[in-house]
Amino acid sequence: MFSEEKLNKVKEIIARYPAGKQKSALIPVLHLAQEVSGGWLSSETMDYVASLLQITPIEVYEVATFYSMFNLQPVGQYVFEVCQTGPCMLRGSDNIIDYIKKKLDIGVGQTTKDGLFTLKTVECLGACGYAPMMQLGKHYREHLTPEKVDAIIEECRSKAN
Amino acid sequence: MGRKLLFDKAHIEGIRYYDVYRANGGYGSAEKALKSMSPDQVLDEVKKSGLRGRGGAGFPTGMKWSFIAKPEGVPRYLVCNADESEPGTFKDRYLMEFLPHLLIEGLLISSYTLGCNSCYIYIRGEYAWIPDILEEAIADAKKNGWLGKNIQGTGFDLEIYVQRGAGAYICGEETALIESLEGKRGNPRIKPPFPAVKGLWDCPTVVNNVETLATVVPILRIGGEEYAKYGTGKSTGTKLISACGNINKPGVYEIEMNISVEEFIYSDEYCGGIANGKRLKACIPGGSSVPILPANLLLKTAKGEPRMMTYESLADGGFATGTMLGSGGFIVLDEDQCIVKNTLTFARFYHHESCGQCSPCREGTGWMKRVLLNIENGKGKMSDIDLLWDIQRKIEGNTICPLGDAAAWPVAAAIRHFRDEFEWHVLHPEEATKRNYGLAHYADPLEIAAPAAV
Ligand SMILES: Cc1cc2nc3c(=O)[nH]c(=O)nc-3n(C[C@H](O)[C@H](O)[C@H](O)COP(=O)(O)O)c2cc1C
Ligand code: SF4
Ligand code: FES
Repeated sequence: MFSEEKLNKVKEIIARYPAGKQKSALIPVLHLAQEVSGGWLSSETMDYVASLLQITPIEVYEVATFYSMFNLQPVGQYVFEVCQTGPCMLRGSDNIIDYIKKKLDIGVGQTTKDGLFTLKTVECLGACGYAPMMQLGKHYREHLTPEKVDAIIEECRSKAN
Repeated sequence: MGRKLLFDKAHIEGIRYYDVYRANGGYGSAEKALKSMSPDQVLDEVKKSGLRGRGGAGFPTGMKWSFIAKPEGVPRYLVCNADESEPGTFKDRYLMEFLPHLLIEGLLISSYTLGCNSCYIYIRGEYAWIPDILEEAIADAKKNGWLGKNIQGTGFDLEIYVQRGAGAYICGEETALIESLEGKRGNPRIKPPFPAVKGLWDCPTVVNNVETLATVVPILRIGGEEYAKYGTGKSTGTKLISACGNINKPGVYEIEMNISVEEFIYSDEYCGGIANGKRLKACIPGGSSVPILPANLLLKTAKGEPRMMTYESLADGGFATGTMLGSGGFIVLDEDQCIVKNTLTFARFYHHESCGQCSPCREGTGWMKRVLLNIENGKGKMSDIDLLWDIQRKIEGNTICPLGDAAAWPVAAAIRHFRDEFEWHVLHPEEATKRNYGLAHYADPLEIAAPAAV
């Protein structure tokens, strides 16, 4: 499943820990696996990770189900993860979430029919001073307004084409 | 302008790169420590500085370091806690993004002091772009002989690794963090044994916050005694405060711990006052876990003294009339904000983040969330307010880790200080869904109890 390059990356990660402690590589390797598998972890992917690290599949499932960044269901190509905790709420995150729902015609946790967008609400992402905000892929989009949301949606659509 | 020790060079263009950092005195503290001081001498400076952990609990760092067990032939580990997930807190992110070498220098000095040859930075998974910044800085430090084998010819070896989490607030708790670093679910361990004796892979381990470890650099630069002259009393030095909510200038500020809360909120040097010309209603000054205070109790203690930005002054009055400095996540609410709704978002947060090991925490957080949701939606009963009080009391102190307390305190403080706002929601359900209770009497001058006649 992993390319030669990714397999080398796995080796490099395992080398960060003392001999025999390769299980410590599990979360970093699950991140890698999710990246190359369309943003989610199927049971086949998790079994593959187990075999790579020579641990049992259940050890992988236990971890994958605990951490909120791991998706166990397919997601859209672009996942809007909008923060809804206190500090963001004080700066109008509810309006942003409502705006995205209407604009994309989906509810929280749903994906658009074209498979392009998924909307998720998340808890504090450590950007409270730059609220309202969301995570999009590797980066944050901060100081959101309806206009900025429009621009982000356009940006994603044009990248997808 | 307040004196700065961490951000004194933050304005310098390119300070995040090795050459600029070094040209501006960077790695000078590490050089001094590794070349001219023994680990015990460094420890002594840290003790003298009075530095207290910046992750939230405020435990004296020097004392914590002196507890680390040193069995023969067993490696010791330093773990830098960069999980930063307490709502309102975003200061460590700033340090790592803009001053990565300051952190690396701090890790180097701290590892030398503790006798660690491997150090892990555990960073929350959502800060997905920051590991690249840190890894670039680590590579540059290594190229220049500040990491790797035989650092600067001193014979000391150190490797620093960056490990990403994957979305779990609980992994900020030190034993959950260690579990996570071992590739497991983030379930806190029962203490004792403490990490200083049995931590990462059962080896002696020190877990410290990013800001704590970065602060070791200025301490070594100016000396522990000089550092202790900054600040007030047992709140020595400077503290990073991440300010957010309804203020004019949200952001990360370094304050010397000798200014008043009022100055911090209203002066142009810091928050610049309440946004949109509104009035201050309430504030949670140390991250979502610490008690919320109404404006009047925030600016003045119950004794009528100005409240200061120090560990002691913010805690003055205990939980009855005080709060805590915590992680320095300073959340400001203006007169239009609803306390019930704000409390509800925190209850939802803790419910989402509970690891589920202890039933009072797992069940209680969900129950509080549901009751608060009812009150917020105009479906609450008067008895629900007492029920909330009762649930939080039953969580507090009855769990493995302090997340249970952290979930209980915000609810307790909201009811303690804003009970009439909760009652108004229950009594006026129609109105409560349309408008907020407003400022009410929360900024009124306090009646100061006259000193008892002798
Ligand atoms: C639920 C919970 C979450 C925590 N989150 C963090 C965190 O994100 N960052 C942090 O530095 N400390 C956090 N702590 C505190 C750590 O357990 C630990 O005390 C701290 O990292 C020690 O570092 P210090 O002494 O330098 O503050 C948390 C504690 C609890 C109970
Ligand atoms: S208090 Fe909550 S988070 Fe902490 S161990 Fe118990 S269930 Fe887990
Ligand atoms: S509350 Fe949204 S980023 Fe912190």
